[in-house]
Amino acid sequence: MGDYRTPLRRARGLGSAKHGVGHFIAQRVSAVALVLLVCWGFSQTPFLVRGGHDFARAWLASPLNATLLILLAGVGFYHGQIGMQVIIEDYVDRGAGRTALLILNAFVWLAAAALTTVSLLLVALGRGAV
Amino acid sequence: MAESSPTIRARPTSPHLQVWRWHLTLWASILHRAAGMVLYLGALLLALWALELARGAAAFAAYTRLFTHWPGRALLMLITLSAFYHLANGIRHFFWDMGKGFAVRTANLTAAICFGFAILATLMFWWRLGSFGAYGHG
Repeated sequence: MGDYRTPLRRARGLGSAKHGVGHFIAQRVSAVALVLLVCWGFSQTPFLVRGGHDFARAWLASPLNATLLILLAGVGFYHGQIGMQVIIEDYVDRGAGRTALLILNAFVWLAAAALTTVSLLLVALGRGAV
Repeated sequence: MAESSPTIRARPTSPHLQVWRWHLTLWASILHRAAGMVLYLGALLLALWALELARGAAAFAAYTRLFTHWPGRALLMLITLSAFYHLANGIRHFFWDMGKGFAVRTANLTAAICFGFAILATLMFWWRLGSFGAYGHG
């Protein structure tokens, strides 16, 4: 790029956001949880795929199943939001477009987590449509 | 700092797709990202599954029917493959975080193991779904 400045000179002024480490740790800790949750999810999927609507309702009436599936979805969305944020920051130039994508990404995970939690709780409590 | 703006725009994109030679560990790295993006979509499909489940048997049947034909089935297989690959390569990342596994031979070997695991686990998972009769009767 015809740029002979040192890495230090180029980094100066950009500054640190002061929360990169927290982001890194959140990605790893959610990943640890997901290793366990995803393995459980894969173990349950064949039953749910075979069972249909009635089976899924009965399956969700178990507190353990409802809790673990809500955790799997919630932690999954959270981990996905972190990962997608890194991808956006890596590939999209600074500007309004990047900001819009980051905001959309933040909205998506919370909306998806809320929708999933409410839906699964309704079914688990026997309040879902039959 | 008045002159910093053009410098900011000239920063390189990661992981430098334009300048790196394509080799095993680069594939492992970029496919980890690609798989993550597929799983982002997969997570949204899970949210829709929960929504349709709560909306009743008819809505649920209509939703699950989307995945009995080949485009939907292929998408689910891609999501399964991505999940197993991202899982295996994520564990590879844990070892890197602990400072282990950076030797070139080790990194190449573990990349190959992750690819192999993802393919085998996906085949076994879908074989198990088939043996459950999950998709046998349409």
